[in-house]
Amino acid sequence: MNKEKLANDGLKESEKHLFCDTRPQPYKSYNKYWEKFLNWARAESLWILGFGTGCGAIELRPLLTARYDISQYGMAPRATPRQSSVFVIGGYASVKTLKRIIRSYEQMQGPKFVVAVCSCSINGGMYWDSYNTINRIDHYIPVDVYITGCMPRPEAIIAGFGDLKKRIKEGRADGHNEYVENLDWYKANQKKIIKDWDMPDYNW
Amino acid sequence: MEKTERLLEKLEKIFGISRILKQRDDLYFVNVSEEKLVAVLTHLRDVENFTHLVLMSNVDYIERGVFQLTYILHNYETHIDLAILVEIPRENPVLDSIHHLWKQGWAYQREIKEMYGVNFPNSPRVDEAFVLEGWEEIPPMRRDFDTQKYSEETYFPRGNRQTNDPKTYMAKKLYPQGEK
Repeated sequence: MNKEKLANDGLKESEKHLFCDTRPQPYKSYNKYWEKFLNWARAESLWILGFGTGCGAIELRPLLTARYDISQYGMAPRATPRQSSVFVIGGYASVKTLKRIIRSYEQMQGPKFVVAVCSCSINGGMYWDSYNTINRIDHYIPVDVYITGCMPRPEAIIAGFGDLKKRIKEGRADGHNEYVENLDWYKANQKKIIKDWDMPDYNW
Repeated sequence: MEKTERLLEKLEKIFGISRILKQRDDLYFVNVSEEKLVAVLTHLRDVENFTHLVLMSNVDYIERGVFQLTYILHNYETHIDLAILVEIPRENPVLDSIHHLWKQGWAYQREIKEMYGVNFPNSPRVDEAFVLEGWEEIPPMRRDFDTQKYSEETYFPRGNRQTNDPKTYMAKKLYPQGEK
């Protein structure tokens, strides 16, 4: 893992002192039984970031409201990335949206999980040859669970969240550590398409 | 209907509009030269009561080397739509702005500038990007821009994509022995 300070090359010289240049640290797990308990607690209280990216986010509305009522599974929408632990990528992401996705994802507190909904975030879907939508989201942020479909029904999304819970309880959902350890690779991919990078290299 | 015919005759005399096409009873297309565009639009809005700008769009006719801009106006009294077509050359395309006639014009013009590179001098915020932040290629809606090639070079295609022709695929699936 690279230990150098972040360069923050996108910022102006006059702004550089305003932002943090420390690299994010990987999450160190506690002893086996305490970590198992923590994973159970994390899996049973997933808080979703209320950020709908793309058309698949329309399926989150029936999920969150009375029809499918996702609060019965211990999940709730949150208004800010600081309070949420699950990021639902709802379908295609344009380059402009991707910039906001990265900002929000990095502001979330680890351990954090990503669920990619719809075929667009997996292989581009019907926008695979578009000039402005990315083809696969896992080159920009780590993904824990994919849910296929165009769009998947709320039942499918609930099943996907069930898989996510299983992964968390088994201790396999370590997207945060993956992101931190391969930060340089992810940043290179992100900067390849976001040409006007005017934010710090890691949005604390 | 007669009223519209009379209006078009009048426009022909004053502004020299050409190639009038009657699409429906309430929809006419007319061609106007680049220089007279703002004069025609102003006349239609202030004198002939075409107060509503329905839309403004652009088409790239790469074969003829022109951009064709379309302004559709609506008259709320007679419920007639009048579409004004203007052709400008594809090289260094510049056109007069209409944001002083309809305030929403600046948004259309900003989008056309971003997607086709047609410039509208003095239109508010015309150089700011709507969606293509930091775009470095030629404007993407121009037909000489190869969007598939750009996507394959830029966005890490997964590579296991399969496409089927719907007709042959469904025929094979429904009639495995061949169609009767």
